[in-house]
Amino acid sequence: MGLNIVVCVKPIPDPKYYNEITIDPVTKTVKRQGIPTIINPIDKHAIEKALKIKEQHGGKVILMSMAPPDAQETLLEGLAMGADETYLLSDRKFAGADTLATSYVLARGIQKIGEIDLVLTGTESGDGATAQVSSQLGEWLGFSHLWGVVNCEVKSQDDIYLKTKIENGYMEWSGKLPMVFAVSREINTPRYTSIMGVMKAKKKPFTIWSFQDLDLDEVYVGLKGSPTQPGDIFSPDMGRKGEILKISKEEAVELIIEKLRANGINIESFFSGCVRGERNE
Amino acid sequence: MNKDIWVYVEQIEGKITNVSLELLSEAHRLKTKMQRPGQVVAVIIGSQLEELISTVQEYGAQKIYVADDKSLKLYEPQYYAAILKKLIKENDPHILLVGASALGSQLAPTVAAKVKTGVAAHCVELKISENDQLVAVVPAFGGKVLGDILCPKNRPQIASIKQGILDKPVKIEAVGEVIKVDLSFLTQVKTNLKPLKICREEPKGVPLEEAEIVICGGWGVGDQDTWHYLEKIAEKIGGAVACTRPPVDEGWAPGEHVMIGTSGKSVRPKLYLGFGISGATHHICGMKDSGLIISINRDENAEIFKVSDYGIIGDIKQVLPLLAEAVTK
Ligand SMILES: Cc1cc2nc3c(=O)[nH]c(=O)nc-3n(C[C@H](O)[C@H](O)[C@H](O)COP(=O)(O)OP(=O)(O)OC[C@H]3O[C@@H](n4cnc5c(N)ncnc54)[C@H](O)[C@@H]3O)c2cc1C
Ligand SMILES: Nc1ncnc2c1ncn2[C@@H]1O[C@H](COP(=O)(O)O)[C@@H](O)[C@H]1O
Repeated sequence: MGLNIVVCVKPIPDPKYYNEITIDPVTKTVKRQGIPTIINPIDKHAIEKALKIKEQHGGKVILMSMAPPDAQETLLEGLAMGADETYLLSDRKFAGADTLATSYVLARGIQKIGEIDLVLTGTESGDGATAQVSSQLGEWLGFSHLWGVVNCEVKSQDDIYLKTKIENGYMEWSGKLPMVFAVSREINTPRYTSIMGVMKAKKKPFTIWSFQDLDLDEVYVGLKGSPTQPGDIFSPDMGRKGEILKISKEEAVELIIEKLRANGINIESFFSGCVRGERNE
Repeated sequence: MNKDIWVYVEQIEGKITNVSLELLSEAHRLKTKMQRPGQVVAVIIGSQLEELISTVQEYGAQKIYVADDKSLKLYEPQYYAAILKKLIKENDPHILLVGASALGSQLAPTVAAKVKTGVAAHCVELKISENDQLVAVVPAFGGKVLGDILCPKNRPQIASIKQGILDKPVKIEAVGEVIKVDLSFLTQVKTNLKPLKICREEPKGVPLEEAEIVICGGWGVGDQDTWHYLEKIAEKIGGAVACTRPPVDEGWAPGEHVMIGTSGKSVRPKLYLGFGISGATHHICGMKDSGLIISINRDENAEIFKVSDYGIIGDIKQVLPLLAEAVTK
């Protein structure tokens, strides 16, 4: 059958280090120096899914990202996993885009490639975590779309089975291509990249498109094209007593029980350990 | 120009989701902050909704748009979003609040793309500015940074919020005029998707969002056997068990539905007990507003201690069995 699949991947600062992020009180900007950039972890599950579909039906796996030019290095990892080529959409004009403006540019990129059957994304990005780009991408493309896919079988163009998670359960769907869907972590385990894969990756096609290369209406692009605008930023209020206690396990249990009782939990009695006398007979 | 605040009232299997009621109460709170407020308006979509309308009225909807049709029994993004788009185009609401449930998280951006407006996603707080605009506070970088999001030029200003972040819903009886939505246009809506079925399981024990005591285990719990102590303790004291990401991945915890944090739930119990949790911002942003926080970790520099009232340095492999014994006697 041969399917053309686009996977949208976002380079982000590695979430492992988010505890180290601070806000500069003077400039009111986020300080994230020294934190490495990686492919948004969930997006690797989307790449994995695309590769599996390609293994089954043939076709092409194309990576697409809207990011600054230095994302090139990061995106190589996706190619090393086995994707065929990459399109990086990069222009100063794209800066400050919210999800609507981001998905608009991505959609135009996908339309320029043409004849795409399936678009995969992750459910959410680690940094912004809006979980909105995939649905809005579907809207710009005029494709049906689903979010939170935990299982998907592509039997043919017109026969797709999908399962999405919801609170305390799941939904099942049947669908037809073309479509956009956002995959969850549970869908699979992404493959590791091999040395061979990394070497091959460097030779794969890598295209950079700027504003001019795409058929874009400026009203929808970048900060100006974004309906949402950022205001003040601040750190969450964590104000706690932060009393650190070096106590025995019995004392720890005692403290917890006391607090449970204070919260109206009825605990009858408990063994709180023995204390021996000091006197020598 | 009206200043109406709309709430999308989500129903699943004929039950209104809790977050929808929280949003109705929040809409009333926002209304009191406005110079020239409009009405609190609810939109409900589904099939056989008659019985749900009185609940929507009890929680203060002053007007209710009801889209009731067999074809809407199960959520389908194009159908549901098309209805909201039509209602928005016809009525031009000021604000639209949507619960950030699995389905709501998809519906809000879909509607926004259809009417070309903005959504502040997964807000942790909503405010009203001097000129009656919505200011939504959203987390970034796993909750380490919070930022105000404005939507100055487009309407409605949409915000999505997870269950459990807002205050508990309160009843505010309203007359609630009911308006049936004309759905004849639905035959023109194109979609490549068909929802086949929905399957849900009521979790046993106290639901995590409603629990007054949350017993949360992290990677430091170490193994399935030790995990069982958490369950035993929770059962005995009427609390709920929760977890961080690793116990979900390891399979000790029942699943992501009990995970707290950025990709999980937000909770505000009276008492949060954390065992073997390092305190990644992804987790903290879901529990930092709990009443009293006690955590146990063998590492005295654990980040979690900074957001704890009491940080106990200790080995949970020793503390847990003892605590289980103490509460089960
Ligand atoms: C996009 C994204 C979203 C995420 N969303 C979430 C989310 O919603 N919720 C979430 O929880 N995580 C989430 N994570 C993962 C998160 O970043 C952390 O990895 C996770 O919270 C760590 O869990 P932990 O504290 O249990 O484990 P660890 O960080 O491994 O900490 C274990 C702790 O246990 C202590 N310990 C070990 N043994 C013992 C013992 N015997 N006695 C006492 N203490 C002991 C250690 O000192 C350590 O501090 C997300 C990550 C990403 C990238
Ligand atoms: N700038 C981007 N370039 C490519 N894909 C993106 C971009 N931003 C978001 N995505 C995709 O959309 C998903 C959801 O992101 P978000 O809506 O930002 O939480 C991510 O997992 C990516 O697959």
